[in-house]
Amino acid sequence: MTQVVLFNIFNGLIVGAFYALMALGLSLILNLSGVINFAHGGFLAVGGYLAFVLIPYIGFWGALLLSPLLVALIGLLIERVLIRRLYGRDPLYGLLLTFGLAFIFEDGTRFIWGPQSLPFQVPSWLVTPLSPDYFFVTGYRLFMVLVVAIAVVGLFLILSRTRLGMRIRAGTLDLETVSVLGVNVRILRNLNFGLGVYLAGLAGVLAVGQLGLQPTIGSSLIMPSFVAIIVGGLGSLPGTLLGGLLIGVASGVTTVYFPSATEAVIYVMMALVLLVRPRGLLGEEGRF
Amino acid sequence: MNGVDVNKQAANVVVWLLLLAMPYWLPAVGGYIELGSRAVVLGLAAMSLNFLLGYTGVLSFGHAAYFGLGAYGTAMTIKYLYPSTPVAILVGIVVGTLAAALIGPLIIRLRGVYFAMVTIAFGQVFFFIAFRWNSVTGGDDGLTGWTRQPLHLGFATINIQNNPSAYYYLVLVLFTVAVGVMAWLLRSPFGRTLIAIRENERRARFLGIPVDQHIWMSWVVSCCFVSLAGALYALLNNFVDPRALYWTQSGDFVIMAVLGGMRSFWGPLIGAAIYVVLQDYLSSQTENWMSFIGLFFVLIVLFFPRGVLGFIRRKAVS
Repeated sequence: MTQVVLFNIFNGLIVGAFYALMALGLSLILNLSGVINFAHGGFLAVGGYLAFVLIPYIGFWGALLLSPLLVALIGLLIERVLIRRLYGRDPLYGLLLTFGLAFIFEDGTRFIWGPQSLPFQVPSWLVTPLSPDYFFVTGYRLFMVLVVAIAVVGLFLILSRTRLGMRIRAGTLDLETVSVLGVNVRILRNLNFGLGVYLAGLAGVLAVGQLGLQPTIGSSLIMPSFVAIIVGGLGSLPGTLLGGLLIGVASGVTTVYFPSATEAVIYVMMALVLLVRPRGLLGEEGRF
Repeated sequence: MNGVDVNKQAANVVVWLLLLAMPYWLPAVGGYIELGSRAVVLGLAAMSLNFLLGYTGVLSFGHAAYFGLGAYGTAMTIKYLYPSTPVAILVGIVVGTLAAALIGPLIIRLRGVYFAMVTIAFGQVFFFIAFRWNSVTGGDDGLTGWTRQPLHLGFATINIQNNPSAYYYLVLVLFTVAVGVMAWLLRSPFGRTLIAIRENERRARFLGIPVDQHIWMSWVVSCCFVSLAGALYALLNNFVDPRALYWTQSGDFVIMAVLGGMRSFWGPLIGAAIYVVLQDYLSSQTENWMSFIGLFFVLIVLFFPRGVLGFIRRKAVS
């Protein structure tokens, strides 16, 4: 029994790490630009499929590096052409536009690569279990956790140590003042969008190794990412990270005792958080 | 009476005439009656959403949940409890409205995108219940094995099952009642207060209006009528599946409202009609209709944000 519980907690942590990675990207974009990016799941799927295409040419490691960058590039382009027009307008329009993009991404990947699940090869030495007792601790899973950890640490370093990160943080608090101080806000938002989408692409490459490659992978991961943001607290990136891990573990544990509520439990958690602490666990008071 | 009022009256007359005569003119232009019923039902859903979206200024992206609850409430009542169409519709409305009333206090203090995010996430709870609770809801395959029941009026029995026109007129009667109530509410002091909140929430608060309570009431009214639409939708198809609860359905309602014109009473109905016809056409033409619907979303946002009626109105002014 302990083994089963441990297995599911571990599983939950991994799933939670995905949610967190997705949600951090969403949070970055939401905080600076006020746009909920429904297409985030679409970017994730594109990241996975691009990696699938790239692996025969440059191998798994090359794809892991290159695919998220390509996704970020697509993100920069889409922000430049479409999303930029929506800043300052009713948030409704941002929702609808990215919603439409999500449809296009999902259907587009289905059109190009087909609706069926595709095999995704990860290096074989990563797949073998590390110990016979804890069969579930495969190298790939540890590897995923490691990559997510590196990405998260990297993100927080960028935000706290670089000029770009400083500007993003300042812009989140008061974009007008940042603009008056001579920072090109358009470019800042563009880069910030790219950064958020990069995280989605990275999550995509990692996720397909675990969950399989299919067009609906994005839409199945996006709602929990919303919940992660709400539970963690809007406007707080550490909160988002915490929220993602928490809901991941919660659904993992629920799988043991009440498997049919695996998905629903995170929404119950969200309801509880909203009831007790409407701003979220680490959210700032009065932001929304 | 000035010119604008006359125009409004004329528009109302035209809308009602078109709706009343639908079973006669729709087949003549290449449609079929179920398509008309679909447009009216989804139009009712979009108009109910617009009560909140357009007239209270609250961005709900989770209305599919209450639409789906109405649908499941109705379907399960006929299948398991009591084979009567009116009772089933009532149960559907009660289930949807009750859920909305209970969830309301958790969300009414939130605003803008945050409200949208929370409403859409809450909708997922009901989706997963319907999806997972196989033995009762039929799971992913949907709930089948039931049909809408004949209407017993005491003096006559109307067969709405094998007669699409009769069902259409049942839909139209309930649509008329719902729309009438909403129009009456919007003209009442309550409705004017909602518009005041939309225009300037802070000012409304300073005037001593209990804003959160008003938003809660508007939310419940809106969800009540959307669950009526859900009930009618389930009866129309003699079928309900979890997709009626899925978050993409909520997006469809919002795009219908925006497409028709959020600032006008009839706008969402027109948006729903256009959307239904377009979806019917696209899904018969191509497997990739989702891409086209997505493209449609993008184009509306970029080039047509005021919707059909907003566009016409602006043309008329300039």
